[in-house]
Amino acid sequence: MSKPKGWKELVPGGIITEAGNARDYKTGDWRTERPQVNKEKCINCFFCWAYCPDGSVKVDADKGVMVGFDYDHCKGCGICASICPSKAIDMIPER
Amino acid sequence: MAINLKARVMGLNGNAAVAYAMKQINPDVVAAYPITPQTDCVERFAEYVSEGLVKTEFVTVESEHSAMSACIGAAAAGGRVMTATAANGLALMWEVLYIAASMRLPIVMMVTNRALSGNINIHCDHSDTMGARDSGWIQLFSENAQEAYDNIIQAVKIAEDLNVRLPVMVTQDGFIISHAVERVEVLDDEVVQNFVGPYKPVYPLLDLSHPVTYGPLDLFDYYFEHKRSQIEAIDNSFPVIKKVAEEFEKISGRSYGFLESYKLDDAEYAVIALGSTCGTAKEAVNALREKGKKVGLLKIRCFRPFPKAEIIKALAPLKGVAVLDRSVSFGGFGGPVFTEVRSALYDAPSHPLIINFFYGLGGRDIYPEDIIKALEKIENVVQKGKVEEHIGYLGLRE
Repeated sequence: MSKPKGWKELVPGGIITEAGNARDYKTGDWRTERPQVNKEKCINCFFCWAYCPDGSVKVDADKGVMVGFDYDHCKGCGICASICPSKAIDMIPER
Repeated sequence: MAINLKARVMGLNGNAAVAYAMKQINPDVVAAYPITPQTDCVERFAEYVSEGLVKTEFVTVESEHSAMSACIGAAAAGGRVMTATAANGLALMWEVLYIAASMRLPIVMMVTNRALSGNINIHCDHSDTMGARDSGWIQLFSENAQEAYDNIIQAVKIAEDLNVRLPVMVTQDGFIISHAVERVEVLDDEVVQNFVGPYKPVYPLLDLSHPVTYGPLDLFDYYFEHKRSQIEAIDNSFPVIKKVAEEFEKISGRSYGFLESYKLDDAEYAVIALGSTCGTAKEAVNALREKGKKVGLLKIRCFRPFPKAEIIKALAPLKGVAVLDRSVSFGGFGGPVFTEVRSALYDAPSHPLIINFFYGLGGRDIYPEDIIKALEKIENVVQKGKVEEHIGYLGLRE
């Protein structure tokens, strides 16, 4: 998100006047642990993609491969690591 | 109050006067739940709806929490919205009152003042409205049915002003005003319609080509800024309340300010009150004036926003002031009117001595003699030169 706005610049009542702007809210900085995928173990089953509550698992649908994470929005909940059948995702502490 | 000979005069109680004003305003949506002593108002309005005299969508709900929630939805959708409640009904609305104000929805609500339980009581005091004091609503108090009628009409225009866009609460004392038939001068329907004008919605949800979101998650990064802009909005209402009163005077011949001063010009002592007690206080002031006492009354019409500058101007020249509170802030330093007035005077160029009286809780009658006692007490305090006891009671058995 760009520089935070001062109170005089805000829409009255905290109303959001544009649709689909949740993407601008970078929730990645809530994270205490970051998921990291080991592609040697990954079987591209897409379980992580299906279970991620934030749509933060990136896949290449044409090639049928899981490619990584959207760290701008991943909150580090660890569901992907927990659900991964081949234990290919590690949760690394953020510092 | 100037008498307008062309005016139409009706015999109305306070509830009926407000219902009549609502009929003339003809809002898009009214969502309301009955509660004594407000019931009479929404019943009458429901009759107007069933008789087809208004185009209003009347939403019957199962509680006041739902009533205010429905009002918020309707106002966000883009409608002109009104409701009415009292006492515990207002208390049940509490969390949603804040939401209405935060979303800057210009809902107008009549509150028939009644004591909050417990024990259960249906009669007048101001504990209900004072409980909603910090919710972000503008609060106008009425001395009689005429003022309730006039305030409701002005409230619509204040609430909807583009510099304000805040909900407004108009109060009248339960039973004392709401159920006593008085002479009320009403305006013509057309005059009221022209005064309030057509409703101009701002960010209506029903404008499908401009989709908006109301009430999103607002955390530590923006909530504070939104509250600051809400403070600005209610401060902006000062000139708007004044301007709307001036415009209203042109159509009605009746003038309104934030305060009403009664015989204060040369006064040395004064009482301060809200609502119907001001009528009683005028009797008391007249009686003492006949005995040569220099006393007066300061009536507060607009409690939120609190007209600090006007209060200082009116009270600073006095020697002593007795503030009458019809609700308690338990454990506080006096009632809500007292703490606010006393705080305003801190910056005044001169300070009258100031004492507080609780009175009228749960509908306990107040008489001119009680107010005479309050004025005599403050005179006595001033003669002694200091306040020994800040808090007293009127009409209470020991």
